[in-house]
Amino acid sequence: MPLRILMLDQVIFYFFAAIAVVSAILTVTRRNVVHSAIFLITALLATAGIFLQLRAEFLFIVQIILYVGGIMVLFVFVIMLVNLDVAVRQLQFARQKWVAMLISLALAAQVGLMLWSTGKMPGQGMPVLVAAPVDKLPPNSEAVARSLFESYLLPFEIASVLLLVAMIGAVVMAKKRA
Amino acid sequence: MQGLTQATLEFVNQYWAPLVCGLAIVAVLPLIVGYVVLVERKLMADMQARLGPMRVGPHGLLQPIADAVKLLIKEDIIPDDADKLVFWLAPVLSVGAALLAMAGLAIGPAFQIAKDINIGILFVVGVSALGIFGIVLGGWASNSHYSLMGALRSSAQLVSYETAAGMALVCGLLFAGTLNMTSIVQAQHEQGMWFGLLAPVAFFVYLVASIAETNRAPFDLPEAESELVAGYMTEFSGFRWSLYFLAEYTNMIVVASVATTLFLGGWLRPFPRTHWLDFIDFLPPLLLVAIGVYCLMRTPKQPARVQQLFMLAVAGLCFTVAVVLAAPVLLRTPFVNPLLASAAKPFYEGIHGGFWFIFKVSAYLYFFMWLRFTIPRYRFDQLMRLGWHFLIPLSIINVLLIGIAMIAGSYLHLEGGWLLLATIPASIIALIVALFILAMEQKSERQQAGGAAPDPYA
Amino acid sequence: MLPIGHYLFLGLALFIVGVIGVVTRRNVIVVLMSIELILNAVNINLVAFSRLYGDVAGQVFALFIIADAAAEAAVGLGIIIAFFRNRETVLADEMDLLKW
Repeated sequence: MPLRILMLDQVIFYFFAAIAVVSAILTVTRRNVVHSAIFLITALLATAGIFLQLRAEFLFIVQIILYVGGIMVLFVFVIMLVNLDVAVRQLQFARQKWVAMLISLALAAQVGLMLWSTGKMPGQGMPVLVAAPVDKLPPNSEAVARSLFESYLLPFEIASVLLLVAMIGAVVMAKKRA
Repeated sequence: MQGLTQATLEFVNQYWAPLVCGLAIVAVLPLIVGYVVLVERKLMADMQARLGPMRVGPHGLLQPIADAVKLLIKEDIIPDDADKLVFWLAPVLSVGAALLAMAGLAIGPAFQIAKDINIGILFVVGVSALGIFGIVLGGWASNSHYSLMGALRSSAQLVSYETAAGMALVCGLLFAGTLNMTSIVQAQHEQGMWFGLLAPVAFFVYLVASIAETNRAPFDLPEAESELVAGYMTEFSGFRWSLYFLAEYTNMIVVASVATTLFLGGWLRPFPRTHWLDFIDFLPPLLLVAIGVYCLMRTPKQPARVQQLFMLAVAGLCFTVAVVLAAPVLLRTPFVNPLLASAAKPFYEGIHGGFWFIFKVSAYLYFFMWLRFTIPRYRFDQLMRLGWHFLIPLSIINVLLIGIAMIAGSYLHLEGGWLLLATIPASIIALIVALFILAMEQKSERQQAGGAAPDPYA
Repeated sequence: MLPIGHYLFLGLALFIVGVIGVVTRRNVIVVLMSIELILNAVNINLVAFSRLYGDVAGQVFALFIIADAAAEAAVGLGIIIAFFRNRETVLADEMDLLKW
């Protein structure tokens, strides 16, 4: 088998993918919640890198600003409000190991079946993403904006209503009882 | 393995210029920050009728280097109960985010590390906002109550003020119609008007919010020494502490650069399209010549030989930069061969653009310092009230009204400076409405509270 | 130059890790974070397909998912804070007020 030349794109993908998977596993397994949060931030940033590798610049920055800079700050803030010294010393995993194993095995089996069947059909392999040169693509944020405000205006408005509801809900929930 | 080396070679071949520029910025920035600190101390001393640092070098000009050496050779203390890994990570995260944000800044028409990124200004704002994790995690990892309080305050403050700052940026971006830093400045050139003048209220909101975001006085509650020792930095010492310091000042520079690009016309000189004002181009070299002459006049009064030589060197530097600044302008005058003049054009844009950009950023930083020495620190509930009850409503109403004003302006065919006729009344109305809302809220709160003490950490 | 399967595998890996976290962890905050991982895995698939077919609709849907994640995090953390005020715990199997 000839040595396949790795392109820059692939190096970047594997780099970020490895970081994402490893830090996702660490997120779930760490005892300390703050460490979990740090690794989740790493996983989210690595995902942002993969978005960038897919030339989705706008989504890359939305992921950083909203996910990492917004949601995760909220998470860390709540973790620090909720004093967790006691929780660290307690049992971390509920006794649902078998359920988890079953679910993940089922998922893996499904995907394995899918891959196996695509491999078996002749000429029906995985479609390949073509590495288009960057300057040939339309400006990403403009394209996303056009699609968002022309084709998906109603979903956009519904999403904003959802956010409003969530905001009111969060305020009501977190308010001190009088 | 062969593929990997090939990919690396390809990468280096394509991106060597930004890599070199990035390394240069990382290497030079600590020095610049050191001198910004020196300027700040000198200004503070001047406003308080003191002399400030005077010992190291003439007028304390070498103080930053002495400070850096002191910080580097200080003992590096890690508290016993600290979370070692996070304690190590936090300052690095803070400074890394600040430095990464510098990559998106456009200092001149051709001077930008990450050239022409589509999401330009969002990249800078988003990446610099990541620095908050350095502060929060550092405060948490120290395992001290003061640090944790500082971290909590900092994250609450940043989340509250980022909304207002974002809405203010949206207001400027409405005029620009693009996120690309270079195109934003070009849009201002076409408009013939700074966006800060078109939307003064948005600029004001961004100014206040950016002070709060960089944790500067009067909003420096995360490190308020009278309440929290030093806030999130309490347990940090030596090199780690200086990393936080570097991050704070780098963030100031980033914020000032964003404001300069979006609201103050970036690298454009004042009135870039008015040709009878072309003599403004001669102001920067003249200013430098004046500084050089002043240094020469002061030279005989220096007490020591070394200090006299140093003053002469400073004067020489000023004259050299003045010549560099003046040459492209002189070449542009009609007496010179037009071929030479057109060859000088990129030099003119690069050098003068850089000068005006740095000048505006310095003015913005000067304003930061001025506020710090003038206004006493806010209380935390006052800070939250200012953010949530005044700045956020103000910025949202402002975006709405400016948008309406722009539509009205396009119907009335208001071009260039005439657009002011639509946007200034809109800004004033937004301000009045926001003040009205604030007054109503305070009135209803006073009626509700009935003399009960407010909870400062609610 | 990468087959779409690579992205799908990455999404799958993150999804499974997230599911394991949701099912096994006792700490509600970690459960919420695992849900964020799951949503993130979905986003990777959406963006990869958007790139494959040259249609930005996938990215728009990823935006909607991020908005949804924000809403979910806000409400979820609000509930956690409210619950912590009442019961002084964030462990899922101690939330048993309805189990009398």
